[in-house]
Amino acid sequence: MMMKTLVIRIMATCALVAMMAFAGAPMATAQQINPTAESVTEDSLFQQLQDGEAVSGRVSIPDDNASGLIKPGNKSWAATSNGTVRILTILAIVGAVGVLLAFYLIRGRIRVEGGMSGIRILRFSAFERFSHWLMSGSFIVLALTGLNLVLGRIIILPWLGEGAFSTLTTWGKVSHNYVGWAFMLGLIMSFLVWVAHNIPDKVDVQWLSQGGGLLKNGVHPPAKKFNAGQKIIFWSVTLGGAALSFTGVMMLFPGLGGGEADWQLYQLIHGIVAAGLSFVIIAHIYIGSVGMEGAFDAMGTGEVDLNWAKEHHSLWVDEVQRDPKNKDLLAKSTQPAE
Amino acid sequence: MARMKFLCDADRCIECNACVTACKNEHEVPWGINRRRVVTINDGLPGERSVSMACMHCTDAPCASVCPVDCFYTTDDGVVLHSKDTCIGCGYCFYACPFGAPQYPKVGNFGTRGKMDKCTYCAGGPEEDMTEAEYMKYGSNRLAEGKLPLCAEMCSTKALLAGDGDIIAEIYKERVVTRGYGSGAWGWRTAYGDTVSV
Repeated sequence: MMMKTLVIRIMATCALVAMMAFAGAPMATAQQINPTAESVTEDSLFQQLQDGEAVSGRVSIPDDNASGLIKPGNKSWAATSNGTVRILTILAIVGAVGVLLAFYLIRGRIRVEGGMSGIRILRFSAFERFSHWLMSGSFIVLALTGLNLVLGRIIILPWLGEGAFSTLTTWGKVSHNYVGWAFMLGLIMSFLVWVAHNIPDKVDVQWLSQGGGLLKNGVHPPAKKFNAGQKIIFWSVTLGGAALSFTGVMMLFPGLGGGEADWQLYQLIHGIVAAGLSFVIIAHIYIGSVGMEGAFDAMGTGEVDLNWAKEHHSLWVDEVQRDPKNKDLLAKSTQPAE
Repeated sequence: MARMKFLCDADRCIECNACVTACKNEHEVPWGINRRRVVTINDGLPGERSVSMACMHCTDAPCASVCPVDCFYTTDDGVVLHSKDTCIGCGYCFYACPFGAPQYPKVGNFGTRGKMDKCTYCAGGPEEDMTEAEYMKYGSNRLAEGKLPLCAEMCSTKALLAGDGDIIAEIYKERVVTRGYGSGAWGWRTAYGDTVSV
């Protein structure tokens, strides 16, 4: 039995060798002519190179990441990061401030037309305010430290000097990396507590068609707890914040984020979304503070004046007054405002 | 002033990795960091070539352009150097570099890479030339001693050339003309905008 398999194996091997000899003969003679003719050249490799690819090979040092030789695409990331992202950031900041300044000069501060009633109703609970300030406080830190990375070299470095600017930016980087987690927590809490109030509906169409009453005195389109403008902010923050969180975490843990090309993409998305969100948030800060009388109370004490609420969130006030828990409020509000 | 460049003649490189070793030893480069490496292209196939690569000291260096703290500077010799005191270890220069030159002592999460390290063209850093402080951060400063980078100086096949760009381009051209072939001045087009045409 064993003898038989051995014979078969020997025969098979002989057949294989014979086949290889025939097949290999013409190839061997062709190669003898010029061993350098088939040499790889940089030119030919560059011609084959697709966008974002690297000319790479094998390295003997125990680090596979070192095997890339030339990656011309990295220069286009540098150009985009330095050009597009920087320009969009400047446009977002200067644009937001410019638009708001023009708005303030033309429209002025939006007053409560009926005057303050003195009756205050609860608009945001302590938990809602905590979520908001956790998210917004951390956003301010993240926005300023992030902005420093994009524009600090142009604006702050010249007057702070290299050493002090480096120290500032190092601390900025550390806070950015850690405060991001507070932002993500605040983002999740705010989303959960407010998402039910931010589903777009028919009321929003009417609100938007009247420009939210922002442009003219005396125009107050009806709105529920959140008007269409606030819903736009909510969804910008939710989606933009999610994009920032995802790309940010990927950059914090480069091992999770794949390779160089992925990190580059995350950095670009992070920078562009941050610029866009900063635009929205600057407008939000304006209208929630100096831009509108009575608005800050909602997030300050949590209680707003009834007349403010009636003008800006009429449907929400109706809901609150219908609630049997607010019987006292209903009684008081039937009295004319002084 | 000379415009210093590297040129690796891949038709001469035998992948001995002596340049890598010499560099590590000359500058006491820490474990895990390689300022220079040898990459073999088409390994094991006919016409394979090995290229020794480090920082190419680019014209309009992309690393310098993206650095948030502006820690890079180009010397009169065209050598791109950086200040480790200013570096914040953000990693942007690594994203920007077409040659994978920037190295970091740690591969940490939360941006804890440590200060960037790269080939200095054996020209030290912003500290005073040939001082202990300079050596500790950047390694030796051979250029200040009137010597060229050690990797090229000790290359046994003279594949790796260092020196004034025009002179080493001339040497390479002469070789290509004499022997009748050349795989190109690797990295030159990317680093300096044009290659050595023969």
